[in-house]
Amino acid sequence: MSDDLETLRQETLAALAAAADRREWDAIRVGTLGKSGRLTALLKELGRMTPDARKLRGAAVNRLRDELSRAIEERGAAIEAEILNARLVAERVDVTLPTPPDRTGMIHPISRTMEEMTAIFGAMGFRVAEGPDIETDWHNFSALNTPDHHPARTDQDTFYLPAEGSGGNRARVLRTQTSGVQIRTMLAETPPIRIIAPGRTYRADHDATHSPMFHQCEGLVIDRGITLAHLKGCLTDFLRAFFGKPDLPVRFRASYFPFTEPSMEVDIGWSRKSGEIGGGGDWLEVLGSGMVHPRVLANCGLDPREWQGFAFGMGIERLTMLRHGIPDLRSFYESDVRWLRHYGTSPLSPALLHEGL
Amino acid sequence: MKFTLSWLHDHLDTTAPLEEICKTLNTIGLEVEGVEEPGAALAAFRTARIVEAVQHPNADRLRVCRVDAGPGFEAVQVVCGAPNARTGLAVIFAPPGTWVPGLDITIKAGAIRGETSGGMLCSLRELGLGEEHDGIAELPADTIPGQSYADFAGLNDAVIEIAVTPNRGDALAVRGIARDLAAAGIGHLRPWLAETVEGTFDSPIGWANLFPEACPWVLGRTIRGLRNGPSPDWLQNRLRAVGLRPISALVDITNFFAYDLGRPLHVFDADRVTGDLLTICRGAGEAFQALDGREIVVSPEDCVIADTAGVQSLAGIMGGDATGVTAETTSVFVECALFDPVRIALSGRRLGLHSDARHRFERGVDQALPVAALEAASRMIIELCGGEASEVVSAGAAPAWQREARLRFARIAGLGGVDVPADEAVAALEGLGFAVRRRDADEVLVDVPSWRNDIAMPMVLDQAPGLDPARARQAEDGARTVDAECDLIEEILRLRGLDSIPPVSLPALSAVPLPALTPRQVRAAAARRVLASRGLMETVGYSFVAQAAAARFGDVPEGLRLLNPIAADLDQMRPTPMVNLLSAIERNAARGYPDLGLFEVGPGFSADGQTQIATALYSGHTPRFPGRTAQAVSLWDAKADAFAVLAALGAPVEGVQVTADAPGHYHPGRSGVIRQGPRVVLGYFGQMHPALLAGRGLDRPVVGFELFLDAIAEPKRRRRAAPDLSPFQPVRRDFAFVVTRDVAADAVLRAARGAERTLISGISLFDVYEGDKVPEGHKSLGVEIVLQPAERSLTDAEIEAVSDKVVVAVSRACGAVLRG
Repeated sequence: MSDDLETLRQETLAALAAAADRREWDAIRVGTLGKSGRLTALLKELGRMTPDARKLRGAAVNRLRDELSRAIEERGAAIEAEILNARLVAERVDVTLPTPPDRTGMIHPISRTMEEMTAIFGAMGFRVAEGPDIETDWHNFSALNTPDHHPARTDQDTFYLPAEGSGGNRARVLRTQTSGVQIRTMLAETPPIRIIAPGRTYRADHDATHSPMFHQCEGLVIDRGITLAHLKGCLTDFLRAFFGKPDLPVRFRASYFPFTEPSMEVDIGWSRKSGEIGGGGDWLEVLGSGMVHPRVLANCGLDPREWQGFAFGMGIERLTMLRHGIPDLRSFYESDVRWLRHYGTSPLSPALLHEGL
Repeated sequence: MKFTLSWLHDHLDTTAPLEEICKTLNTIGLEVEGVEEPGAALAAFRTARIVEAVQHPNADRLRVCRVDAGPGFEAVQVVCGAPNARTGLAVIFAPPGTWVPGLDITIKAGAIRGETSGGMLCSLRELGLGEEHDGIAELPADTIPGQSYADFAGLNDAVIEIAVTPNRGDALAVRGIARDLAAAGIGHLRPWLAETVEGTFDSPIGWANLFPEACPWVLGRTIRGLRNGPSPDWLQNRLRAVGLRPISALVDITNFFAYDLGRPLHVFDADRVTGDLLTICRGAGEAFQALDGREIVVSPEDCVIADTAGVQSLAGIMGGDATGVTAETTSVFVECALFDPVRIALSGRRLGLHSDARHRFERGVDQALPVAALEAASRMIIELCGGEASEVVSAGAAPAWQREARLRFARIAGLGGVDVPADEAVAALEGLGFAVRRRDADEVLVDVPSWRNDIAMPMVLDQAPGLDPARARQAEDGARTVDAECDLIEEILRLRGLDSIPPVSLPALSAVPLPALTPRQVRAAAARRVLASRGLMETVGYSFVAQAAAARFGDVPEGLRLLNPIAADLDQMRPTPMVNLLSAIERNAARGYPDLGLFEVGPGFSADGQTQIATALYSGHTPRFPGRTAQAVSLWDAKADAFAVLAALGAPVEGVQVTADAPGHYHPGRSGVIRQGPRVVLGYFGQMHPALLAGRGLDRPVVGFELFLDAIAEPKRRRRAAPDLSPFQPVRRDFAFVVTRDVAADAVLRAARGAERTLISGISLFDVYEGDKVPEGHKSLGVEIVLQPAERSLTDAEIEAVSDKVVVAVSRACGAVLRG
């Protein structure tokens, strides 16, 4: 290599090594390979040479061009990497900082249980029916074979509102059960009927285990050929799904309600000692049920020779307390954010059977 | 209803153990609420006899006794320190392994001073029975060794408490319970017959019945020359065991029959009755003092028993103090009557009087029993108190209670879902006292026993008003056909136990179930999820609140005020869940949690009815965080969440208007009404009125919203057209409009949007400026317009033309000028 080429090479490589930033590097690049760069100038000189000299000189210049181009490129990449590294160092943050706190919202356990009940009964072909909290005396009692003097009526401490209608003759009550919804459904629809009626109910009772307002979920099935065996099957299926225990012991005990016949109370197995559902040798009453009384059917215009079915009712708070081990009924209505956070559920995991309850 | 096992054995011949009896009671619908076994802790103690007692060779104060404690313990040597341990004495023996309650030790076999001792002879105090401890207990000389001491002393009498359902008046009697158990296969019902007590004189007191609707039949007789005193131990023990206080023989006897036969009786002190006639009649507003000491004012709806001095008894519920028996009573008049259950129930409820008599009469007593019950009571009175009985006097006549009921055997499976052999079904009914009148292969006709007032009773329907008459009649015919039959099927099934019915899952109505909720019903759940996912806690509040609190949030009509609230501050149906939320915010703040957002999706009540309101309330600040200061909640939080709910529920958010006329519980200058069209109000939002918060310890802003879910129109389920996805870039242009302060931003945006319908695809407000760079009383609104070309890129001239249109429209509508 001739001296001038070697000089150019040495100088350029030294300058590249000294280049501290993108600007200095670019000046070298332009000064070498640019339009009026030193190497470009050497290339231009080749045209004026004899073919032999050009051949010799050309090969050397081209080699030098290749070498310097590569060196410039490599140095450019190295400078970029240095710049990036410097930036990354500068951008370092304390990753142990907590994220900005989100306000977490929760669904109340009563709503959650209602959704679960809706999901399970929905899978059995039930749909949800609703009715007013303020009912007529007839819808809440009389239609349900519970006339005014009935002893069952004194057991349900009823809240009364001023009567309405012409001359104030329509007694109004806060519904003591959601059965009024069943009555409305039977009057409005032709069987087959499969409904549940979850909602608020009211009884004039207030202590550690009673709240003047609570929630019930009642159900009604009316069709041809529905028997007590279906009642047992349906409620057993529900309780096992709700408590997530396929082998949950379920017991049916004869009882009495004015609106069903035969009537029964339903117990599940549990342990009195540990409170564990399904274990132990004890029984815990969880709901009431029965075959719809023929008088109730007739009051709603259904011929009991053609239609029969069953009805049931369960306390939503009670089942929620059992399922989640919640000790105090009153806490459901106190709106204490600490309690709500503890027992609430995420709105992003709604009750879906295919995801598991 | 409580009873003891021995009392049950008076009527039931059975060897079934207590546990089996309780299990059967549960099965047949007489739910066991509790069992007490006072003797359970004494099971191991036995009666015994000291065959020989000799001085202990190594201890002055001890004796070595050879004890016969019956089978297995015929010759036990026991070392005993009691001074009264002597040959021939009948004693209580505790074998090794027995826990002694009075000492809290367990007996071990061993040796005392070199003499073996295989048990212990006990005092009553050591058994936990009283304080007597002068040596070991001395039993009667003829006591047979080897009996359970608890049995021997009558301590093994378990007390059983059952819940009796309102239909089973007959089970408010030990005899009724025994009958049910016998019918369920637990032993046999013992026969019961009342021996007649011959009257020896005419009763000086007679009956007059002026109110036969309330009292169809009444009997009575005088018993004179008796002596009232404490009743015997067996009777006192029984009454105490079932929770009654023994008073005197005469009173205890009436209580005994109330529990034994479910037959309430009343005894008047005959010498304190004025005149010779007891009259059954309506009350007439007079007052009398009842046996419980209360002053009762009786009305014409109440059935009373009066003598010439006035009312002496509230018939069938409670006797009067003036004619009650005392320790000095020597002559009584015994009343045994049938009363109309409905009148008893209504009178008792009206007057707030509870008694064992009312409890039984309103549930129905044995219609055929009065004669026999009066004889049995007379006999017991004479046995316990002496005296002689008069002839029986009566008024009215035995009512026609006889009824029949038909059962088609196939219907047992038809209703009950299980086949029961006809013979078994009939046997069950006969066990309960039904008498077969006629039977063939398909059905049986039975007479209903006099004590079952719940079976085949006259049918009372209360059909829906407005029911189609033909439909109503057919339904009634149907009920008439099956009503009594259902009663019988219930009896047969409960005696077998419902557990014997194999469960059958409901048949599917469709392979894949239809939705359980209608789109309208989904809304409440959707609103809950939206609000919870935006950081609010769901609450559930009572539907009733204090009237004064409710009045601050809306109308509180008297029609929505409870007549019988459980507490003074739970008397008014709430106009909105916000009443509860404000209290909840306040309570949480008082507990040290002032920064929170709560919501409830629940009912609000007004004169127009019940509506579902999604309500939220926020207070306090956002949490502090590096680089972010705490922000006080503002009405924009509430508005944003309200609109998020509306959007999620499919409300046409683009089309709603906001006006500044929210109700009085909101800050008048910082609240809005969300409207759809001129009439429909979807909700309110804003900062709460400061007056609402004053004095509540809430010194920070509180904001909230209410959305009326029922007002939101159901979204139309139209198939949507495919979206128009233009290949051309949208163009954005910013404008700064200066308007007077009172111009609503919404008006500016609407005007701008209306300027050009085809090209403007979006419009948004990005800035509001008030200050010295705009004229006094003005504000500058920064508005971004998005133009979306459809067919080709817009030219500058076209963009300019649209911009001009926007400026013209906004200045025309709002008096705006472009900011220079």
